[in-house]
Amino acid sequence: MESKLMKGGNMKAALAIEDGTFVEGYAFGEEGWVEGELVFNTAMTGYVEALTDPSYAGQILMMTYPLIGNYGVCRKDFESDGVKVEGFVVKELCKNPSNWRSELSVDELLKEYGVPGIEGVDTRALTRKIRIYGAMKAVLATGDYDREKMLKRAVEQPSITELDLVNRVCVDKPVTLNESGKYDVIIIDCGIKMSIARQLLKRDVRVTLVPYNYSADKIMEMNPDGVFVSNGPGDPARVKDTIENLKKLIGKIPLAGICLGHQLIGLALGAKTFKLKFGHRGANQPVKDFETGRVFISSQNHGFAVDEKTLPKNVRVTQINLNDNTVEGLKHEDLPLFSVQYHPEASPGPHDTYFFFDRFVEMLKVY
Amino acid sequence: MPKREDIEKILVIGSGPIIIGQAAEFDYSGSQACKALREEGYKVVLVNSNPATIMTDPGMADRTYIEPLTAEIVAKIVERETPDAILPTLGGQTALNIAVQLGEMGILEKYGIELIGAKLEAIKKAEDRELFKRCMKKIGIDVPKSDTAESVEEALSIAEEIGYPVVVRPAFTLGGTGGGIAYNREELKEITSHGLEMSMIHQVLVEEGVLGWKEFELEVMRDLADNVVIICSIENFDPMGIHTGDSITVAPAQTLSDVEYQILRDYAIAIIREIGVETGGSNIQFAVHPENGRVVAIEMNPRVSRSSALASKATGFPIAKIAAKLAVGYTLDEIPNDITKETPASFEPTIDYVVVKIPRFAFDKFPTADSTLGSQMKSVGEVMAIGRTFEEALQKALRSLETGLYGLELKKNVEKAGLDEVRKNLRYPNADRILYIRKALELGMSVEEIHELTYIDRWFIEKIKNIVEFERYLRKLAGKSNLNEIKNAIIKAKKLGFSDVQLAKIFGVRESEFRALRKKFGVKAVFKMVDTCAAEFEAKTPYYYSTYEEENEAIRSERKKVMILGGGPNRIGQGIEFDYCCCHAVFSLKEEGFETIMVNNNPETVSTDYDTSDRLYFEPITREDVMNIYENEMPEGVIVQFGGQTPLNIARKLEESGANILGTSVDSIDIAEDRERFSELCRKLNIPQPENGIAFSVEEALDIARKIGYPVLVRPSYVLGGRAMEIVYDETSLIRYMEEAIEVSPEKPVLIDRFLEDAIEVEVDALCDGEDVIIGGIMEHIEEAGVHSGDSACVLPPQTLSSEVIEKIIDYTKKMALELKVVGLINIQYAVKDDVVYVLEANPRASRTVPFVSKATGIPLAKIAAKLMCGKKLRELGIKERLKLNHIAVKEAVFPFIKLPGVDPTLGPEMKSTGEVMGIDYDFGLAYYKAQLAAGMKLPEKGTVFISVKKSDREKIVEVAKKLKELGFKILATNGTAKFLKEHGIEAEVIKKISQGRPNVLDAIINRQIDLIINTPSGKGGKTEGYMIRRAAVDYGIPYITTVSGAKAAVTGIEAIKRGKLSVKSLQEYHEELTE
Repeated sequence: MESKLMKGGNMKAALAIEDGTFVEGYAFGEEGWVEGELVFNTAMTGYVEALTDPSYAGQILMMTYPLIGNYGVCRKDFESDGVKVEGFVVKELCKNPSNWRSELSVDELLKEYGVPGIEGVDTRALTRKIRIYGAMKAVLATGDYDREKMLKRAVEQPSITELDLVNRVCVDKPVTLNESGKYDVIIIDCGIKMSIARQLLKRDVRVTLVPYNYSADKIMEMNPDGVFVSNGPGDPARVKDTIENLKKLIGKIPLAGICLGHQLIGLALGAKTFKLKFGHRGANQPVKDFETGRVFISSQNHGFAVDEKTLPKNVRVTQINLNDNTVEGLKHEDLPLFSVQYHPEASPGPHDTYFFFDRFVEMLKVY
Repeated sequence: MPKREDIEKILVIGSGPIIIGQAAEFDYSGSQACKALREEGYKVVLVNSNPATIMTDPGMADRTYIEPLTAEIVAKIVERETPDAILPTLGGQTALNIAVQLGEMGILEKYGIELIGAKLEAIKKAEDRELFKRCMKKIGIDVPKSDTAESVEEALSIAEEIGYPVVVRPAFTLGGTGGGIAYNREELKEITSHGLEMSMIHQVLVEEGVLGWKEFELEVMRDLADNVVIICSIENFDPMGIHTGDSITVAPAQTLSDVEYQILRDYAIAIIREIGVETGGSNIQFAVHPENGRVVAIEMNPRVSRSSALASKATGFPIAKIAAKLAVGYTLDEIPNDITKETPASFEPTIDYVVVKIPRFAFDKFPTADSTLGSQMKSVGEVMAIGRTFEEALQKALRSLETGLYGLELKKNVEKAGLDEVRKNLRYPNADRILYIRKALELGMSVEEIHELTYIDRWFIEKIKNIVEFERYLRKLAGKSNLNEIKNAIIKAKKLGFSDVQLAKIFGVRESEFRALRKKFGVKAVFKMVDTCAAEFEAKTPYYYSTYEEENEAIRSERKKVMILGGGPNRIGQGIEFDYCCCHAVFSLKEEGFETIMVNNNPETVSTDYDTSDRLYFEPITREDVMNIYENEMPEGVIVQFGGQTPLNIARKLEESGANILGTSVDSIDIAEDRERFSELCRKLNIPQPENGIAFSVEEALDIARKIGYPVLVRPSYVLGGRAMEIVYDETSLIRYMEEAIEVSPEKPVLIDRFLEDAIEVEVDALCDGEDVIIGGIMEHIEEAGVHSGDSACVLPPQTLSSEVIEKIIDYTKKMALELKVVGLINIQYAVKDDVVYVLEANPRASRTVPFVSKATGIPLAKIAAKLMCGKKLRELGIKERLKLNHIAVKEAVFPFIKLPGVDPTLGPEMKSTGEVMGIDYDFGLAYYKAQLAAGMKLPEKGTVFISVKKSDREKIVEVAKKLKELGFKILATNGTAKFLKEHGIEAEVIKKISQGRPNVLDAIINRQIDLIINTPSGKGGKTEGYMIRRAAVDYGIPYITTVSGAKAAVTGIEAIKRGKLSVKSLQEYHEELTE
């Protein structure tokens, strides 16, 4: 009983951060060693959706809410085919989840997908560190770890801006869903969250996912009603193929994007993107919509943003984040094109901005 | 949208006295509103009958009316002030009801007054069950099956249709008054007839009992641009079937997946839109089926509520303040988030800790009350605790309750319980159910079985099991000597919220020894910030809680600082008046340039508002928790005088631990509280005391009583609110009492005083700086000595005392304050009999009456006292006594009898009131009448009075009866009293006693043939005839009086109201007259 009570039945684990921080806790999920950018998410619910969100590829995810796993895991809530984070950091992992929908525990989920986690660390202290110094590279290891090695590797590993992550999480060939849909949309898959597709399917859209580097010509050959660029991981500036393809598509066909897709559209329009200090990750981000004057609470997960100052004249900022005034929405004045930085498909998070998909379908109808 | 320029003057309606279901949270919300509106340049007129509140401080509004909260009186204020708008959403149900009535009376229309916050239509849609149901249907949200009934028969047929159990909810009441759960026809009949009486519109809802479903609340805010945000989700530990005010609740929701939570969020937004609450906060309750997730909307409060206060404290988002700003036209994105300063209020707070709220009950005061919890709220207060684990927050909350537990410990009765009793207590919810869960686990009951008995979510039970199992492990470890293992176990124990007291017991050492060991191990509390955003942004507002982790965020500043200990949970005997004093200490010390550090755990209060003090620690008030903060902050000292008995109880321990106690010394406090030392003091000063003695055994008690002579007043030492205090008339009762009282507090002796029958009780609040004494106020009690001072009405200045007696009282007070070397406040209670002034007790601390006296006289006693404690002198401050007033102020107590079926509504030495009101006028009769009206007792101007008094009171009641007759009342009496009155020339119609057949007095009460009941109880105990009459008076809302002195005062009041007219006047105007 002693060992169970004292250690939660787990082996030791540690987290090393590039600034020299080294914290120890207890392991859960798969044993092992992972590297990535340590980021925090402030949502109090939705860890299943977050863990399976491909945008977290290359990142170690830390939840600021201290009790994680309370309601277990329901596979219906997956946003992709499995866990996509590199590692998972929580204050306390729930071993006995309680919810009628739960099929397994977070521990079991991470084991199933070979991802390690650490619990029992002062996540708030780490979050404050990230807030002050920015997102940092980190190593998470379990079992017999070597402190020095971990700290060294935390510094030496490539940064997120040096990694090509999109190709790891997108489809490798076109996949069509809802054959009988009324509208035909091609989604350039950079690591899509399935809720985006689900929202389109609900609106009678036939969706075809194509790999991120699927050429503009091939897309146009498929003669869709519109093209959609998905979310995805990493630095948008590295996804050059997609940017080039988008340049060719702009103006030719109704175009929209979410998150990384939005950044890629921005880059294709000639704007620049920049890395935010620690990003926006949570379900409580206020977005002001200039068209309606309204404020919506949005779900967000991004570390980069489009630089407003570099936008061409004919592109309007339709929405901003009220916390830091960064760009949340773009719209072309003359062409059928708009995009948003946040996640209107929610999952996890508020449903305030589902109307984005209505607008998209509306655009398909008009053009 | 910018703020509105078309309105200038706004009337804010408060919530009146503290009652069950409506407590200090509305002082918090009302104060916030007043502050916010004045900040925006609006003129604020405030009405509230409760003098103990911060909001009724003359500085909080431009005009403050301490007047009864009835629509008629508020209409008079409206007429006088002609405000442009009324903000009714921050004063609880009372304010909403008044707003609705003003609308119905045509007052709003007549004066062109706009309701801001919520319009009449929205209030009706939310409050009228049938309309609410229709609205929900329209937007496709499921509700429990239900129908409204206006008669018992209707209720029965509805229940047949939807099936038992059903929940009965009266429409338009307070805090679930009169509601209940009926499992069968008989129960339904009883609950319905009671409920119909309680409903302002004589209507109840009979509803499908979704008992055992998971219960959630969402706090929603909306602005005029239709932006809607959710401030907080709350999960009830106790599932559906127990009033949320009586439930342990947790924030945020713990057992909902995002998918489920977002459904509730969508519903909440749809509901606030459909009901049409334009701006401000609303509370929406949902039930979720634990096995299939079916969601039903239970109810919506179109106003800020108890839960809003909790949500504000739990998240750091000031709901009431923002609600006030939204009401005058701002949108959420135009208001900055106070805590971050840089981000806007248009966001949803996210938290990185767990919040647990536990209600505090007062069943110890009402042994005859049914202590089973149900849909009718019974708790009188609450505590909140914050931790980084659920276990930590839970154990901190339990020790904040001050019920003798230092965490999840067992009370004696629970400790002793066998399996059957445990099962029973799990099945029938009660105040100690959480302890029974622990006991059940100890007895080996499975999580599953506990869940089946309680319907409490398994998640919570698992957490309690963690505590129980870890404690078991600690006990095993206690015998071992592996220091490293012990150290690690202590770290883990602290993370699970175990207190030093608990751990010391487990390891078999003293608390101080354990503390030393813990410190040696380097296990120290750290403080984390409540910042609305889980550290995403830098917080500017220092609002902290303790936990055991790596980083400490509460960095000490270099400023000179003072720590103020609050009063903990509201309870009978210690309520909002102490919070008033604490807040005043803060305001005053800020003026003196100190950094103020507030420590408290009551989420309802103004003191736990993060912008009241410079630094707020939301913590239990025990030696350990306070010293942790003390050592982190190293203040000049700590003030223990303002938080009632709570901080005083630990004053000595704090001093022993190295804290500097400011003001009156711990030793002086001890002299006042220690009977022997106090008697010695009285002898030395030559101040008469009723003969008394201290008994440590039954034999001693009997000896003392024989010596003194019966009746005697008996009580355990060191108690507040007259807990277990009784007047004993003979030996048999004394023996019975001694056996019970010693049970109450085993280490403490019992105090025995001669009881001065028919003496006038007088109470004094005074200030002393060690050199000079200033009398703050002298209050004459209306009810005779023997009625607890907190339950007695009182008048300031005194009305019947001779100038010699007053001089004597002043002299004694000054002598005593100086002898005790009081620095700060002292409250002394006297009894006057045959012109002899006896001192009953002295309390060298802020008393319950400090806010009342301050408001009556305009002298801010608590503020001055705080300055004295920091070294200022009365002379230096230029404080003058103000013993003569132009006006007369009456304080009246307010009781919870209506919420506690089975309790005899009589007055005695044990305090029972939950709150107080004040009536001011130039005439005693009118002031008394107002106080009664404010307390919910509308004295009749004509009609029938029923008189039935105990034999010894007959003589005294003659005068009262004569006056009533002269005033045109018909007198009804049972034959004994009637005969006696007749002998004294007063015609009284005879009515049958209950035992004499029918129609009897009870029928007359129910048929509303009686307008006033005067009934003095014959003695202690039992469901006597008198009890049934008094109980009927309470249940049917008939004004009743249970003392002769009260009856005399009432007659004066009736006389005055028949002679004159009620008028209203603001406190500021009264005070101005005093300075002229």
